[in-house]
Amino acid sequence: MTAATPIVEMKDVSKRFVRRLDLASRIVNRLGGTLRDEVVHAVDTVNMTIAEGEVVGLVGESGCGKSTLGRVVAGIHEASSGSLHYKGVDVSTLTGAAAREVQLKVQMIFQDPMSSLNPRLRVEQIVGEAPQVHGIVARGELSDYVDEMLLRVGLDPIYKKRYPHQFSGGQRQRIGIARALSVKPDFLVCDEAVAALDVSIQAQVLNLFMKLRADFNLTYLFISHDLGVVEHLSDRVVIMYLGRVVESAPTGELFEAPNHPYTQALLAEVPRLESQRRVFVPIKGEIPSPLNPPSGCHFHPRCPHAHARCKAEVPALKEIAPGRFSACHLNDAA
Amino acid sequence: MSNAVLKVENLQTHFFTKAGVVKSVDDVSFEIGRGKIMGLVGESGSGKSVSGFSIMGLVDPPGRIVGGRILFHGQDLVGLPEAEMRKIRGRRIAMIFQDPMMTLNPVLRIDTQMIETIQAHEKVDHETARQRSRDALGQVGIPSPEERLSAYPHQFSGGMRQRVAIAIALLHKPELIIADEPTTALDVTIQAQILYEMQKLVAEQNMGLIWVTHDLSVVAGLADELCVMYAGRIVERGPVGQIVDDPIHPYTKGLIGSVPSRNPRGQPLTQIPGMAPTPIDLPPGCPFRPRCARADAACETTPPVEEHRPGRFARCFHPHLEDAA
Repeated sequence: MTAATPIVEMKDVSKRFVRRLDLASRIVNRLGGTLRDEVVHAVDTVNMTIAEGEVVGLVGESGCGKSTLGRVVAGIHEASSGSLHYKGVDVSTLTGAAAREVQLKVQMIFQDPMSSLNPRLRVEQIVGEAPQVHGIVARGELSDYVDEMLLRVGLDPIYKKRYPHQFSGGQRQRIGIARALSVKPDFLVCDEAVAALDVSIQAQVLNLFMKLRADFNLTYLFISHDLGVVEHLSDRVVIMYLGRVVESAPTGELFEAPNHPYTQALLAEVPRLESQRRVFVPIKGEIPSPLNPPSGCHFHPRCPHAHARCKAEVPALKEIAPGRFSACHLNDAA
Repeated sequence: MSNAVLKVENLQTHFFTKAGVVKSVDDVSFEIGRGKIMGLVGESGSGKSVSGFSIMGLVDPPGRIVGGRILFHGQDLVGLPEAEMRKIRGRRIAMIFQDPMMTLNPVLRIDTQMIETIQAHEKVDHETARQRSRDALGQVGIPSPEERLSAYPHQFSGGMRQRVAIAIALLHKPELIIADEPTTALDVTIQAQILYEMQKLVAEQNMGLIWVTHDLSVVAGLADELCVMYAGRIVERGPVGQIVDDPIHPYTKGLIGSVPSRNPRGQPLTQIPGMAPTPIDLPPGCPFRPRCARADAACETTPPVEEHRPGRFARCFHPHLEDAA
C-alpha cells in the first residue's frame, strides 16, 4: 500500500470558520476596545491518507469537525490552510476541466435525504441531471442510464417519475446514493448516511454500500458517530476530538486495544447489545466549545490520566505501532 | 406481580384520519413494578410513543383511546375526567421527551419553570420550592445548581438541558416516569452520563421507568423487561437478557440480527427484507407477515399473545422455539 499513490491525501489540512467583527464592534475597537474575530477551528491540522479501495471510518461526537473534514474532502469547503491531494495531484492547483474531473470523482452522500434531494424534481431528474450536464451519457441513452442506476441501488425504475416525498426514508437514501453514483465516482464521502434510518432499514443500506464497493471498486470515507456501524464496515478507523485526529488504526486493533484515553472512553460507553445488565461509568464533563477549546491536549479536562504536560503542549500524532497512530503524551512516558 | 405500579390491558389507541383509521396502538398489554425499568422498543411508526402518550392522557384528536384499560395502582386512567388526570399527570406520572426544548420554555429562567411546576401541585412557599428545585438539579448531576437555577434554557448544552428536563420530571418524586427517546439526540459520552443518572435514580427512588426507544442496544444494558413493538402491537415481551440471547418472534430475531456488532465484520448484515407497512387500514392478520420467512396461511388471522415459555410472551404462530438451550 505504501508504493501506490493514495487516492486522497490530506496534508496539514485546517478549516477555520471566522465570524468577522461587525461595524459596531469595529467602532468599539477604534475607541480602545479589544474585541476580536470569533474563530472556530473546525478542523485543525489534519493529516490523513486514504488508499484506493479502502473504507475509512471517521468517528467523533458532535462538533468534532468530522463533517467539515468530509466536506473539505468532497470539495464543498475549501481548506483554510494545508493541501488536499487527489491521486497525488494537489487539488488547489487544478483549474478548468481537470478540476471538474476531480470534483466528479469525489461524491458525497448526506445524512438527511429529505433535505438533500430537491422536492420539486422527479427521481429521474435528480439522478439524470448531473450525468447529462457533464456529458457522461448522451441524451438518448439517459433514460436507460437512470434505470440502470436505480436498479444498482435496489429501486424499481417504474418509480422514476415519482417525487422524493413519495418514498420512505430508506428509499430516499437510495436515491441519494444513485445520484452520487451517476457521475461514476471513485470516492464517496458518506456523512452519517445511515444515521436517520431505522435499524432494519439501516442494515439494508449498509449491505448496499458493501455491494457497491465490490461492484464499482469504490473507496469510502464513512463518517459516523455510530461505532457499531463503523466497526462493521471500515478497514481503518480515525477518531476525531475537537478538530484534531486523536487516533487512527486498523479497525480490529483499534477495537481490541484502543490507545488514546478518549477512544477508550468512547468504546467503553457505546451501548452494546448484551444480555447482561450493565453499570454505566461515564467520563465526566462535557464536550468543550470549539470556540474556546482547552489548551494543550483538547481532551485533558476530561481525561483521567491528564498531567501537567497535557495542559501546556499539544500532543503530536505519532506512530506507536506499524499502521497505528495516536496523539497522546502518555505514549512518550512508557 | 401484584405490586405493579402500572398495568396496561388491551390498550387500543386509534387515529381517525381522512385517509383511514390508523391503529397506532392495537391491543397492547404490559405491566411494570416499582424500581423496575421497562424498555419499549420499536421502529418509527410502531406505536411506541403513542403508547406513552396514551398513558399520560395526552392523545389529541383525531386520536382516541378506543379500548382497554390503563390501571395505575388499580385506578383506571382511561376516561378519567381531565381535572382528576391533572392531579396525576406531572405529579405521580411524569414524562421526559426526546427534545428537552419541548419541556422547557425558552423565555423563562429555569428557576421560574421549576418553581411553577412545584406550586402547580403543592402548596409550598417560594423559598422552599426554590430549595427543592436546587436539590433536584444537584440530584441529576448538574454542577453548581444554585447559579444554574437563574440561567435560561439556551445557556445549557443539549445534555444539560435533558438533565434539567429530568430534574423537572423528578420534582414530585413520581412513581412512574415515561421517557420517550431521551438520549437519542445526545452524543455517546453524554448519553452514557444520562443513562448512569437514570439507573441510579430508579434504584434510589424506587420508581418505575418506561424507556421508549428505537435503539435496542441502549435498553439492553439498562432495562429489566423488554417489549418489542411492530405496527401497533407488542410482538414480544419478556426479560431483556432472555430476549437478546434467544428471541422468539421472527421480527425480534431479525432486528437483533441486523445490529452491526452482531455480525462478523465486513460480511453482509442479516437483513429483514421489505419495509414496515403503512399503518393506514392494515389488513387483518400478522402485520409482519409480508416480511417474514416463516409466514404461511395461518398468519392471515391475527396471532394471539401466548406465553411460550415462563415470562416470555410473543404474538406468533411460528415462534423460534426449537433452538432453546
